[in-house]
Amino acid sequence: MALTNLEILEEPEPSAAPLSSSAKNAGSASRGKLIWLRLRSTARFWIGSIIVLLLILWAIFGPAFSNFGAGDTDLLNTGVGPSGAHWFGTDGIGHDLYVETALGLRISLVIGLVGGPLGTVIAAIVGAFAGYIGGVFDKVVSWFIDLMLVLPSFFILLLISPALKKLSWVALVFFIPAFGWMIMAQVVRSSTRSLTDRDFVKAARFMGVKTGTIIFRHIIPNVASLLIIDATLGVVYAISSETALSYFGYGIQAPQISLGTLIADGTPGATTQAWLFLFPTIALVLLLFAVGLVGDALRDAVDPTSGVTRD
Amino acid sequence: MSLFLLRRFVNYVILTLVATTFSYILASIFENPAARYLGKNPRPSNETIARTLDRYGTNPNTPVLERTWHWFTQLVFHGNLGQEYDGTSVVHDMIVRSGVSLQLLLIGSILGALLGVALGVWGAVRQYKASDQTVTYLSYLILSIPVYVLGVLLMIVATKFNDVIGTNAIVFTGQYTPGTSGFWSILLDRLSHLLLPTIALMLTSAASYSRYQRNAMLDVLSADYIRTARSKGRPRNAAMIRHGVRVALIPMSTFFAYSFGLLVAGSIFLEKIFTWHGMGELALNSVNQNDINATTGSILYVAILILISSTLSQILYAALDPRVRI
Amino acid sequence: MTESPLLEVDNLSVEFLQRGAATVNAVRGISYHVNRGEFLGIVGESGSGKSVSSMAVMGLLPSTARVTGDIRYRGESLLERDDKTLSKLRGKEISMVFQDPLSALTPVYTVGNQITEALKLHDSGLSDKAADARVIELLTTVGIPAPERRAKAFPHEFSGGMRQRVMIAMAIANDPDLIIADEPTTALDVTIQAQILEVLQKAKEVTGAAVVLITHDLGVVAGNVDRVAVMYAGRLVETGTVEQVLTAPRMPYTMGLLRSVPNMQTAGRSRLVPMEGRPPSLAALPPGCPFEPRCPASIDACSTAEPPLVQIGGTGPGSREVACIRADEFERGTLGIADVFPHPEPVPPEEQAQVKGATVLQVTDLKRHFPLTKGVVFRKTIGSVKAVDGITFDIEEKQVLGLVGESGCGKSTTILEILELARPQSGSIELNGVDVASLNSSARLKLRGDVQVVFQDPMAAIDPRLSIEDIVSEPLTVRGASRSERSAKVRELLETVGLDPAMSGRYPHQFSGGQRQRIGIARALATDPKLLILDEPVSALDVSIQAGVINLLQDLKDSRGLSYLFVAHDLAVVRQIADVVAVMYLGRIVELGEADNVFSHPQHPYTQALLSAVPIPDPRVERTRQRVLLDGDLPSPTQEIPGCNFHGRCPLFKILDAAHQERCIQTDPSLRSVHNSSVACHFAEENPLRVTGVDITEKEKS
Repeated sequence: MALTNLEILEEPEPSAAPLSSSAKNAGSASRGKLIWLRLRSTARFWIGSIIVLLLILWAIFGPAFSNFGAGDTDLLNTGVGPSGAHWFGTDGIGHDLYVETALGLRISLVIGLVGGPLGTVIAAIVGAFAGYIGGVFDKVVSWFIDLMLVLPSFFILLLISPALKKLSWVALVFFIPAFGWMIMAQVVRSSTRSLTDRDFVKAARFMGVKTGTIIFRHIIPNVASLLIIDATLGVVYAISSETALSYFGYGIQAPQISLGTLIADGTPGATTQAWLFLFPTIALVLLLFAVGLVGDALRDAVDPTSGVTRD
Repeated sequence: MSLFLLRRFVNYVILTLVATTFSYILASIFENPAARYLGKNPRPSNETIARTLDRYGTNPNTPVLERTWHWFTQLVFHGNLGQEYDGTSVVHDMIVRSGVSLQLLLIGSILGALLGVALGVWGAVRQYKASDQTVTYLSYLILSIPVYVLGVLLMIVATKFNDVIGTNAIVFTGQYTPGTSGFWSILLDRLSHLLLPTIALMLTSAASYSRYQRNAMLDVLSADYIRTARSKGRPRNAAMIRHGVRVALIPMSTFFAYSFGLLVAGSIFLEKIFTWHGMGELALNSVNQNDINATTGSILYVAILILISSTLSQILYAALDPRVRI
Repeated sequence: MTESPLLEVDNLSVEFLQRGAATVNAVRGISYHVNRGEFLGIVGESGSGKSVSSMAVMGLLPSTARVTGDIRYRGESLLERDDKTLSKLRGKEISMVFQDPLSALTPVYTVGNQITEALKLHDSGLSDKAADARVIELLTTVGIPAPERRAKAFPHEFSGGMRQRVMIAMAIANDPDLIIADEPTTALDVTIQAQILEVLQKAKEVTGAAVVLITHDLGVVAGNVDRVAVMYAGRLVETGTVEQVLTAPRMPYTMGLLRSVPNMQTAGRSRLVPMEGRPPSLAALPPGCPFEPRCPASIDACSTAEPPLVQIGGTGPGSREVACIRADEFERGTLGIADVFPHPEPVPPEEQAQVKGATVLQVTDLKRHFPLTKGVVFRKTIGSVKAVDGITFDIEEKQVLGLVGESGCGKSTTILEILELARPQSGSIELNGVDVASLNSSARLKLRGDVQVVFQDPMAAIDPRLSIEDIVSEPLTVRGASRSERSAKVRELLETVGLDPAMSGRYPHQFSGGQRQRIGIARALATDPKLLILDEPVSALDVSIQAGVINLLQDLKDSRGLSYLFVAHDLAVVRQIADVVAVMYLGRIVELGEADNVFSHPQHPYTQALLSAVPIPDPRVERTRQRVLLDGDLPSPTQEIPGCNFHGRCPLFKILDAAHQERCIQTDPSLRSVHNSSVACHFAEENPLRVTGVDITEKEKS
């Protein structure tokens, strides 16, 4: 969900609270450490990370516990509900849904964990260069971003889906982030513009430090907290995009499976053979929920004003 | 100020045109309209296919740029978007279908925004209390459920509900029941069909709005001017409402524009799930049909919606924040 | 009954409970009172608890605060009351003026609307018409021009000074009996500060209210208040009349503040006395006197128990309270301020760098105009902002040029133009005799080593994510120095600026503001520059820290023969360090000359006004000073002003006859030599305005 990035549009400047004694104490720990301290005390962070970790472990090792392999069909047990042999039941031609869900989760995880952060990398580089260099380059980049934002990324992916169908599912890992970096690039760009006016960047310039060095040494590390949050939420965006495309038949193609295709296959019988719909859905929702929790906990930890009311 | 808005509007119009033209090029490259006829039995001759495709302006033998230019001049000078593969005028079809789509989109997004803003303010004022936590976790959960899954889940619930009460109280296939007559019956029937998709869209947008509004409100609650208002003699809650909510609404105007794209996508998924014959159906089917004109038409529909919402958000922003008025 | 105080604060303590961290004891058992119509000053550095204690009086502390003790207003306790009943009191009986007028006003309502709100909250029967009339009356009282029109304007359309006037208008709207002003002038320029203090005095006269003025600036207190209370680490450490506290302090902390803060009277002749260390953390206080670690007069007994605030000097009208176990010795005179805080010695002559007096920086007729565009669809240039409009000055070896002026006068643009080392829009910049316009990029990189910069805010000037070693050695890295070379140089530099070289592996957040500024200075010295550009190098530091940094800069200049371009708005700081002073107004230099000469005999009316606006922490001087006040704000830089660009605010212009005034309006004065200074004023010789109280001949008292 690229839109959640907006919530961090405001630069996380440590605000000088009038209760300066407490602000001073807060300032005596490093920013990274402080974020970690705050993160450590949020339940959401732990719940989210543990669920994600368990899902990853299950996706990797889960199928090994079943007696059925990928693509195996149990012709004696077609369309049966959960049982001792088929923990999640089987579909109409006897595919074991337990194995299929784990395999679908694998693809969704790869697309999410690689594709999400990839979008952040593009956003960081484009945004930082446009913001720091400014001038015509910035104008062109900004206009291009505006242009890309005219169409929600789902529709661009839909447009090129005939080509995607011919390529391997791995192509999605690159195509999804290729259309999902724009809003974050705008955020990085505006943060960079304010960083450019900061004295330590000016000081580096007056020392004669080169532009590229300033960007990678001074600018990007100082927006790192934004980028970490975006990478996390980018995981949600990438998985949502992939499953939506696959659900409507434009993403992952048979014989490959993803959570999106499994949910789509289960939808027609959702009321009669609920297991076909529910198990992949639960896996997907759990994954998105857990990653979302981590992202939200990160954002709260990074933004020092969140959670402080003066009453 | 109005000149400034006009300038922004003109800029958006240009962006919309460029993006749509770009989409036409993409569709022309990736879609293969000839494929539609190759599978037919008996297979039409190559000449027939070429002639048909020429009529639609989608013959792959004509260079893409030439076709694009033709399409572009037709759009700009004649307001014509060509024909769909079955000969229907794209513009005409779009007018009929967007009427269907906008019902859902407008009602769902307006209700969602109102509910979301109210929940966000309420959550911020009651920060960390049980009610705030409940709303927070519920909105996380809803945001984690893809809207098409939410639609299916609502259908399951409605089916069970219908089973329990023994009549088809909630109907959810299509947009209306054919053969219904009488003003009140038709109205009731339409509303009944609207119920589930509207709830699905409303829940999704309310969840994201409430998160954002809650954060905006929390930022504002620690602002100095709330303290000033209290030092003048406003009690705590009154100061938060009068001085807090009004300022916290300002960032929502930008958020509205950004979130609208996702809402449009969501409403299109829901149309497909609930088998409405709206723009969503056209968008999703035209890609499968290799129908370049219809695909570009639906892209233009989305771009126009984004254009309108961006302009609205600019106007809203200027209305809410005196600092940006010139 | 009339004898009882208006406000009594009795053994007030405020604690902040922090999740997962030690409780912060922001205020620890303070007691004071405010009498009807009295003017009380509460002085302390940031974190001393001065603001927290006043917020407790208003009942505006966050819910994480635990308040104990008692606060009585007109004999009735306020602590027990709930928000609703307190709201009836707030704004009607007790009102408050906050520090930052930018964020203290709601951005979406007009100023008139917000004042009306204050009126109607306490008088629901007030008609709209009567409210409007009262708003205009209030805005007139606080000196806002064209009040009918300005009442309809939004806060962002006001300057900082004007917003603060609005805050005061709001505070006096319901004729309160007590006004609490929390650092009301901290964010403002010195000329605006003088205006706001005048308005506050006027507000006090109009309403007859008692005023509590909270500030870190002893000078602000001197001319205004009746009694002073000094706070340190959440406690009151000294109270008394303003004369007692400022002229005969009995607590070493007060003495230290008086000696470490640059002071227009003594600056330039005696060195400042640095107060080492920083205030203790309020979450982990040592058992003894909290000032003990920084106190040069401490004895063993100081670290065992915290001294209570006790009365000394009898119980009569001259009575005062001090929290120091050696207060009696100070009172008897066996221990004096000069024993506790002796002035440090300058660099001895044999260690001073010998220089020939060559010119390091020559700026000639430098101009920087920014185009001003208008138009929505087609942008067209309609004029220009003359940020820097033809300035000329030079700096010699081992010389300090102080560049002063209000914010917006073009100081910052000037130094940025110099630091770019690029061809200026107009005019020329020569560094070590090399015209920067002629440089190619490798020569420019080489020359960058000769001019380095130290910025105002030590938090912003060093990258928080790099270690001290990386920060200080960055200029060397650019020049390709080897790792071992860099390491050795960093150790040497840290030693030079008074930091432990062993700390080079640490990160900026582990250092205090003063230490961070030293790190910034060490980095600037890494390339052995000839010229340092110091942009407000001490103004972001706490007052007690400033002296150490200023002394360091003085010593570095003496021992290394450095030249400084020292930009500051604080005239006392400039007076302390500068050899030559240039006063800037709207992009021009209006007066330039030897510092002694300019400060003791200012000749341009603007310089005179600037100097007279600087408060001096001596009540006897403050009360007898003649002031030259400026009207209004700095004009918008987009405005085209014919003739002398200062005539609209000029105090001299006002007393000239019409024929003379005509000359100011018609002719733009250029700098000319008058009594050994260069002055841009047609009538400098006939200027009858005199500024008293900063006379150099006055003897220092100790």
